This record gives sequence, structure tokens and C-alpha cells, in this order.
Amino acid sequence: MSAETHKKTRPFKVDRDATTWHGRYEKYDLAKEFLISFVVVCILVAGLAVIFGSPDDKPVTVKSWSNADAVDFAQTALTELDNSSPTAVYGPPYNLNGTAQSIGPLSPAKWLGVHHPIDTANDYVLGPLSTLPNAPQVQAAIAEYKSASTSQQGTWTTAYGKAVANATYTDGKLVVPPGDYGPVTTLIAAETAMARSGALDGALLSSRQFYGTDYTKPLLFIANGAYLANLANKQNLAGTQWGMMNETGQYPGQAWLWLYTLWYQVPPMKTSSNADLQVFSLMIVLTALLALVPFIPGLRSIPRWTRLYRLIWREHYKEVEPTDRA
Amino acid sequence: MTIVDPKTERPDQADLDKAAGRPEDADQWTAKIRNSAVEALPPQKLLPDRQPAYVASWIYVFGVTTIAALIVVIGTGLVLAIFGPNWWHVSSTGLFVNSLHMWSVEIFMFAMVIHLWGKFFMAAWRGKRKATWITGVVSFLVSVGAAFTGYLSQQNFDSQWISSQAKDGINSTGAGAIFNVTNFGQMIMWHIVLLPLCIVAIVGLHVLMVRLRGVVTPFPAKGEAPGSESPTVATGEAEVQA
Amino acid sequence: MSTIALMFGTVFGSLIDLNHPGHYIHWGFIQMSYGNLIVIVLMAIVFFAAILIPFKSHKGGER
Repeated sequence: MSAETHKKTRPFKVDRDATTWHGRYEKYDLAKEFLISFVVVCILVAGLAVIFGSPDDKPVTVKSWSNADAVDFAQTALTELDNSSPTAVYGPPYNLNGTAQSIGPLSPAKWLGVHHPIDTANDYVLGPLSTLPNAPQVQAAIAEYKSASTSQQGTWTTAYGKAVANATYTDGKLVVPPGDYGPVTTLIAAETAMARSGALDGALLSSRQFYGTDYTKPLLFIANGAYLANLANKQNLAGTQWGMMNETGQYPGQAWLWLYTLWYQVPPMKTSSNADLQVFSLMIVLTALLALVPFIPGLRSIPRWTRLYRLIWREHYKEVEPTDRA
Repeated sequence: MTIVDPKTERPDQADLDKAAGRPEDADQWTAKIRNSAVEALPPQKLLPDRQPAYVASWIYVFGVTTIAALIVVIGTGLVLAIFGPNWWHVSSTGLFVNSLHMWSVEIFMFAMVIHLWGKFFMAAWRGKRKATWITGVVSFLVSVGAAFTGYLSQQNFDSQWISSQAKDGINSTGAGAIFNVTNFGQMIMWHIVLLPLCIVAIVGLHVLMVRLRGVVTPFPAKGEAPGSESPTVATGEAEVQA
Repeated sequence: MSTIALMFGTVFGSLIDLNHPGHYIHWGFIQMSYGNLIVIVLMAIVFFAAILIPFKSHKGGER
């Protein structure tokens, strides 16, 4: 069976169909073209690498963060303890303490539920602190906190939260304006000391297994503080700075993400609490449109309307078009 | 025993006939697969040494340049894999190979987008080439995903920031339940195993489709009346919609 | 040994250090790094150059 016997005729749609070529062929060495391209690319890549290198900014650790800004660390640790941090109130996939993003009745994150459970008070503060050896005061503070009522815990943490904003770090100690914070003072002071020693990094990573490759817990903790975001802001990496496209230093970044990050800068996404889902959904629609251009009248006519093809194939048109110029 | 004649450098036809091609074996799956593959893409079509005369513009080199860049990306990635993810942080040679990897990705995306622009303005989907276009768009998307997981696998400040930000977008779609951008182990395995395999498979399919259909013909010239000839219509294609 | 290390260091260390705070253009609501802007402008230049520069292939083909 060949195409000839089943050939059907249908109206020729110039943006959908193409004519069959019965014209001239010319020699074209694909293998040579590939080899030349490959050599050119290698030279270009090697040149760029030799001249510019690549960036490698050192990662932030809980240790480096708490040493650089102990007050920011302490403030963040308190929000983890009292379950008010961004992670604590995130909702799925970390917990059920927050509302997943939605568009109308559609809330896929809610449907998929919790898959990476994080209980910030226990995972970030009480759990690591309970592993400290030779620290009876800390263990007593943990016991006192755990046995107190929820409202009592709230009273302590609210008071401490207001005070720690004005805290200082002097002579290796967190100094908070005096007040009635119950065991919270001991807990946060011990947490800060543990962080500054580096022990908290290890505790957060290996809490479940020795060979950890999942950095979700320590990373979310670090991201809840202002320190990481301040570093990012200085390098124009923040969302409001079109940061998704950027790289650290002066290196070119991911220019191909221009459209994705653009939508975050325009209303209503700019101020919406469902911005992420809205932008993602929009990009899925636009990507589908790109993939389906061949099927979409109007969109698939743009190449013909813009006439750039006359430039690309100008030699061909010179050859086949009647020259009626005198 | 028949030996290949070194002068002609061709296998003996009798030997070939023993191995395959007998009419009585034509019902075998193996024979059917081989025959349909060879019928669709005989060697002259798989690796042609001539092209239609209208294939004469520098814009046509960006497809092969994208593939050349992809080979450099994979090659430098293999070197990074040999020494492990920590190597480029502690060795100046490692940092150099990482630089090669990063810049080859920039060249790869550079060439791919120019190739996309060219193909768009040539309306290269015409004449039953829709699947070629679609596989091209899909390979662009998978490449963006591969680059993304690469950035996440850097184990430095950049990857910390990118993952802590990107998680919100991905979590909002529910995909965060499975695709955890803060899980380095998962992200590096997507980056060096799953996505490269996908890219190579899709790009391979894309190139085979280009060979199958040939390079798209130009829009009809002035004075050309394409309506008078029937465009190439494949066996079994649906009737034209009203 | 140290000479070889020095040679490698010279080649493998970058000649132009881009690890400094970047420069950004602010154009209306658009913000873009100089690095990205250069890449995008280069892409446009290369695209039009590819279309405009004549491509001389071997002539004398047959039908």
C-alpha cells in the first residue's frame, strides 16, 4: 500500500499544508556540518569558561546564619516554637495548619495532602534540644513547656516574641528585655547556642537517618529567617526583582524564564495569595498554546503575515518567481 | 565458510540472505518491524547527502548546533558525575568543568531558542509536520526542567535560594507532594538520570521526524497556485474538516 | 609540581571575575541584569544575522 492509492484531495490551507518539492536538490554534507558546529561550540564554551568561570557562592548554614545574625535566628526560632512561622502555617505538603492555594474550587495541593510532614515546634526546637547531653536546665525547660496548657504557652511566646525584636547578642549570650516568658527564654537561648555551635545543622539533617540527602527541614528553617532573603535581595534574586531570571554576581542566568517571572509582577497575581497557582496555570495554558500552534488558526498565520519568510527564502523566491522588472 | 572480501568491503549477499528477508518469514514481528522501519527511513533518507535548493540559509544550522551543545552538556556532566557532586566545590579543575557545563547550557538554550524562532517564522509545522513541532516544544520544556534541576543540585547559596523560592510555585500545583525541590538527592537523580534520558529520547524522535518528512517547503511563491495540486496526505488521514 | 598547579590555576581560574554585585536595567516595570540583557540582545543579533548573511552552498545540483 502506498500513499498514492489513498491520496485524498482537500482544500490547500496555506498555514497548515505545504507543497511537495519537485525542484532542484543540492549537495549538503550533514556530517561535516555537525562536526563544524561541534568544534565551534567546544571553542565557544571553553573560551567562555576560561574567561568568565562560573559562580559558587557558599551556602548558608544554620551555624553561619546564627553567628551572623543571632537576633534574627532567635526571632525565627520563636516562630517555629509557637507555630507561626511560614513553614508552620504553610499547609500541604508540610502540614494542615494552613490553606492551600486555589483557583475557584480547584486546590490540587489540598487534594494531594501532606507528604513531607513538618511539625515546627518539635522538629526545629524541642526535638533537637532534647538531644543535648548534660543540659538538665534545658531538659527541665522542655518538660515545663510541654506540660503547660496551650494558652499558657501562647502567653509566654507572645511576650517573648515582642521582646526578642529588641534583643541583643552580647558576650556570647542572647540578651532579651526582662519579662515573664516562662521556660521560653531558656529554650531559645539554648537553641541559639546550639545553632551557633553547628550542632543544630547536624541534628536537623540526620534526625531520621544517617545518610541524609533531603535538606527540606534545615532549608525551610533557614528560609523562614530574614537573613537568607536579605542576601538574595542584595543579589537581585528576589521575586519582586525578577530574580527568577537572575544568577548570583554578574553572570547571565535563566533568561528563558522571562515570561514565567513576568506574571508575578502584574496584577492581580502581584498581590494575590494564590499567585503561584495562578501563574503556573497561566503558563500551562500558554505552553499548551505554543505546542498546539499548528492547530490554531490565526496564531499559525503569524509567520505568513509577518513575511519574515520572504527574507529567509529570498534566493528561492528569486529563482521561482517571474521577474517582471524591466 | 564465506569470508568478507576485503577488496569490496561488503558482506557476502548469500550471508545476508541467510540472516533475513525470506518471504516465508515476513509474518514475524522482527521482520515486520525491520521492514516498516526500512520502508519509512531507508538509509538514503536517514542520512541524506542532498537537500532541496531552498535549504540555503544560516538559520538552518541552529538545530544541529543545539544538538552539538547538548553533547557538550552531557559530556561535561559525565565528567562531573565521575568525581561526584562535591568535586567542583573543592577542586579548581572541578570548578573549570562546572564552568564548561554551565556555559554549554547557555549556548544550548541560546541555539535552541534561535532554532525555535526560525522554525516559527518558517511555519515549519506545515505539511504534516505538526508532530515535529510538538516534539520540539516538548524538548524545550524538558530542557528547562533539566536546567532547573541542575540549578537545584549545585549545593550552594544559589540552589538554597532557588529551592526555597521555587517550592511555593510547585507546591501550589500539588506536584510538591512528589517533586520536592528541597530534596537534593531526588533533584540530582532527576537531573542526571530521568531528564537526560527524556531529552535524548525526545530529541531523537524529533530528528527522526525531520528526516521522515524532510525540511518544510517555502510558502507558495507569487504566481504559484498550490490549490491546484493535492498536498501530500498520508494514508488514513481524516477527511478535511468543513 | 607547583608550576603545573600554577598553570592549571591560571587556565582554570577565570580571567574576568563576575562574582561582584551585578548591574540591572530598570525599564518601566521590567528589571533585568546586564548579563541577561546581553544574552538576549546577542540572540536577536545572531538570529537576524543568520537570516541576512548569504549562505553559499555548492551549486550545480540536479532534479
